[in-house]
Amino acid sequence: MVHKKRKLGRDVAVVGAGISKFGVHPREVRTTDLFVEAFTELKASVDKGIQAEDIDAFYLGNLSSDIFEKQIHIAPATANSVGLIPKPAVRFEDACAASGVAFREAIIAIASGIYDIVLVGGTEKMTNLPTPEVTETLAINSDPIIEFPAGFTFPGLYATIATAHMAKYGTTVEDFMRVGIKNHNNGGLNPKAHFNSSIKDIMKRRAASAVEKGLPEPHWADEMEFLHDPGQNAVVAWPMRLFDCSTICDGASCVLLVAQDIAKNFTDAPVSVIGTGQASGYPLSERDDMTSIKASKEAAQEAYEMAGVGPADIKIAEVHDCFTIAEILAMEDLGFFKPGEAVKAIRDGATALDGALPINTDGGLKAKGHPIGASGVGMIVEIFKQLRGEAGPRQVKGKDLSIALTHNVGAHGTTVVVHVFERR
Amino acid sequence: MISMAENEFSSSVHNRFLAEKKLMGAKCKRCGAISLPLRPICPKCNASEMEVVEMNGRGKLVAYTVISVGPPMMIEEGFDREHPYCSGIVELEEGVRIPGRIVGVNVAKPDQIKIGTPVTVEYQERVHGEEKRTFLAFRAV
Repeated sequence: MVHKKRKLGRDVAVVGAGISKFGVHPREVRTTDLFVEAFTELKASVDKGIQAEDIDAFYLGNLSSDIFEKQIHIAPATANSVGLIPKPAVRFEDACAASGVAFREAIIAIASGIYDIVLVGGTEKMTNLPTPEVTETLAINSDPIIEFPAGFTFPGLYATIATAHMAKYGTTVEDFMRVGIKNHNNGGLNPKAHFNSSIKDIMKRRAASAVEKGLPEPHWADEMEFLHDPGQNAVVAWPMRLFDCSTICDGASCVLLVAQDIAKNFTDAPVSVIGTGQASGYPLSERDDMTSIKASKEAAQEAYEMAGVGPADIKIAEVHDCFTIAEILAMEDLGFFKPGEAVKAIRDGATALDGALPINTDGGLKAKGHPIGASGVGMIVEIFKQLRGEAGPRQVKGKDLSIALTHNVGAHGTTVVVHVFERR
Repeated sequence: MISMAENEFSSSVHNRFLAEKKLMGAKCKRCGAISLPLRPICPKCNASEMEVVEMNGRGKLVAYTVISVGPPMMIEEGFDREHPYCSGIVELEEGVRIPGRIVGVNVAKPDQIKIGTPVTVEYQERVHGEEKRTFLAFRAV
């Protein structure tokens, strides 16, 4: 296949970002309400201000308002909720990569010269449906002829990848748990996170709750012992337990993307997008190697080449940890670590907030939460904050956060979209 | 232009063969690659000269999971936290892989299920609502 190096027709930058509280919102709260919350934060984040009438178009990522909310055609409705009528409003669905893909399409639209200013958002309201129906709504992102009939759920597909990774590289369930512990530590510092708690905080709360109910106080020596306790951390799809899975929750996110040449009208500290890449992948059984997501490698290669950087240049990353195994795959597929060596980096704390390459500083999909459509842009919101030094208690300190990466996966790697950012 | 009804490689053909208790693939007449499920266009070389070939039904388990929280389809079949089920990917002797329900393994001890376990095809007939369907399964031998 001929590999063509691609570049943007016009440079683009993020000049504003906002996110709603992720979590279980009341039944009557709709995605439009969550989006208003995210947009309100975005407006405040644009240093020199933005008026809705200046926005040329609205791109929205959403997996399935159809099933979750019994509402379709939500892009114009969401645009209306923040005063964007009559601007074009388009919805993107690419499973869990919905808003990452919406962001890429907005880049392409601005680079084409059609638009100068695009609002890119993501929303999902998952918690109105009972868990079996949510499980099904996610499972039907898999192949309908061969994967879904075999009984696969989404945790099940990643769990299957996990067993292949364990067999090939000796990865252990404790390695998966370490990813969860790290992401919960970060989530504990993020007030917008669904789980704004470290695993230690959760242990304390559960012990206190047992005492309150008159039960004997449970004791766990450490987080590992807690995570091995089946009463606290049940298996969902072996070897993925509850604390290996991202959370079912509600949320919205948005960023303001503009042509680089007008970015200074909005802020003196824009975050430029220097690379974008996207690839599609086969169902699991048609892949040559199940211990890696090839589409991640392909999307990353396109983004790195466009940006003129490599994995060693990335100072901070938001990767798609829908399951703990997925973060391990991402660390390897994006080239940060060699295949089979990500677990050593996790054991050494290399990806912790104070590590050499902080990953998922906002708690990731694991602790921040995974309201599907909101997740891709949610990652970009975090990078915007980190690169501008505005991440509060979880701000990465003591290093020059010049270049960052986001990695957003749709389903089990059938879509992957990667972006590279630079704070110039 | 062939209509989908006449297209022996349309997406419904896989299920029709399963109902006949047959596991069939599509073999590319140009490069020899086998596709499972059947497809009209070879994913390896993009040729559209395919022929139907029957798999011998023997293979080995290459990856798996034991699922405690299933979708409504599996809950209807009686699976839950106390009764988990195994799903996996099988590599057939013909060299191609296919997902399937895995039976004959000890789902109570998922960590002891071995990758590489030999399996043979089995067809599960299940009724969901009004619809009778045949599901592809593999039994550990």
